[in-house]
Amino acid sequence: MQRNPYVNLISLTEDDFANGNVLFRHDKLNAAYAWDTGIAIGCFLGGLKAGIILGSYCANCRKTVTPPRIFCEWCFRPMQRFVQLSDTGIVNTFSICYVTWDVKRIREPEIPAVIEIDGASLGHGFLHKIGGVSPEEVQIGMRVQAVWKPPEERCGSITDILYFRKL
Amino acid sequence: MNLRKVAVVGAGMTQFVRRAKETPQEMAFKAVRAALDSCELTLKDIDAVCLGTAPDSFDGFHMNGEILSQAAGAFRKPYMRSFVGGGTGVFVPIQGWYHVASGLFDVVLVVAEEKMSSYYPHAQAAFLTIFDHTIERPLKPNLLWIFALEMNRYMTTYGLSKADIARVSVLHKRNAADHPCALLGDATITVEDVLQSETLAWPVQRLDVSPVSDGAVALVLAAEHVARRITDKPVWIEGVGWCLDTAYWTNRDLAYPRYVEIAAKMAYEMAGIKEPRKEIHIAEPYDPFDYKALHHLEGLQLAERGKAIELYLNGDAERTGNLPICPSGGLLGVGNPISAAGLMKVAELFWQLRGEAGKRQVPGNPRRGLAQAWGDLMQVGTVIILGR
Repeated sequence: MQRNPYVNLISLTEDDFANGNVLFRHDKLNAAYAWDTGIAIGCFLGGLKAGIILGSYCANCRKTVTPPRIFCEWCFRPMQRFVQLSDTGIVNTFSICYVTWDVKRIREPEIPAVIEIDGASLGHGFLHKIGGVSPEEVQIGMRVQAVWKPPEERCGSITDILYFRKL
Repeated sequence: MNLRKVAVVGAGMTQFVRRAKETPQEMAFKAVRAALDSCELTLKDIDAVCLGTAPDSFDGFHMNGEILSQAAGAFRKPYMRSFVGGGTGVFVPIQGWYHVASGLFDVVLVVAEEKMSSYYPHAQAAFLTIFDHTIERPLKPNLLWIFALEMNRYMTTYGLSKADIARVSVLHKRNAADHPCALLGDATITVEDVLQSETLAWPVQRLDVSPVSDGAVALVLAAEHVARRITDKPVWIEGVGWCLDTAYWTNRDLAYPRYVEIAAKMAYEMAGIKEPRKEIHIAEPYDPFDYKALHHLEGLQLAERGKAIELYLNGDAERTGNLPICPSGGLLGVGNPISAAGLMKVAELFWQLRGEAGKRQVPGNPRRGLAQAWGDLMQVGTVIILGR
């Protein structure tokens, strides 16, 4: 005779914690890091500080990708060179986000997007945000341009681009 | 290749709950004990153990596999933990399969455990570390972004409506109402309910998403000569496949999961399947979000690109339809304790193909089923095909 393969668990609710029905231990882990940028992303960040977007070019595949890397995953050869791309592109996809990571409501929705960068091969881009536009106006395929921080405020970070604006 | 035939001979699982009082070890033990009892084996009969569990960050415990080992039945046995993000739940039985198919072991336990509730205040924070630390995290992303971005690309590419996609969530949550372990089964949910639920990151709304959960699932695998002694209803692993795409997810075609296609084709070839739409009788595609089930059905070649929704619109996806999809209730209905959720799908095929799925039973003596999971940085496809 087959025994029941389904086993019950004791299911807890928030109240069980609030009312002290269960014991638990609460603690924090210390996790601090200093990440090296590496070669390709280091160049990419240096480019952002100078107000340009870089990709890398594979002469074997004749492909330009961004974010840049030092090797091509398609042919597994070293990338030939870094190339300057335009700071314009098109919206590959976007979302209108009303919550923070812990599902707290935010008043002004954020518009994260994948931006395909002009000068890179078809479909190649990176994650950023769209701004200066009302959410209803944003569409896939929309042309956009980077809005940069003033040069003296740039520090070699992806946030040296404030957001992408509608063109 | 000179591989041995491998059967699933036993399965057990715990309830999936939002927050279990049990520890990861206690949950793993309960699932393993149920799986062993289901085929009347003891730990002495087990040669090796394969474990799947998600990143250590959920538990806040480095080497989570090691602390789970004895609860997974691995005390003084060969033991191995694998991890491919959300794809883990279907990768672990693949790992168990090659442990046995290779001839190295005769009987292997496959265990998947997840306790997501320990992470305080919400497991979502653990997911933030999947984003690139230098060029993505400074933008303060949250996990919903990548799903919302992929969903928008998918639905815009093929002109699908939110109302159509909500049908997936409705069917799966209704199916889950018949699952004794389900967290979010709802026999009366409607498309309206999904469309009226809170918008989190458009186009993703609350009822488009599966819930974080705690739970564990275990299977027992055996080589052919042993399997026939253990049970007169062995369910064979006929094909397996897995594949990783590039981690540069913003360089990929987000409307179509090529990596799932490659994994599926590997599994179909091994199983000798030429026409998957005719030869697969039950599909359990990975459904952490409703659109993902559609996306994956297309990658699995079970529907044309952009057409998977038709299976839901014309009734094929229902338990009584031509291609029942997620008769278990899937992640959307049963719950989503990452690796355990994937293995739950494989356990569901085992019960369905043996005719032991109770109220969830697909009629017509289904002969072959497929389960698939997905994960890492939206880049891994893991596929397994079971048959009798």
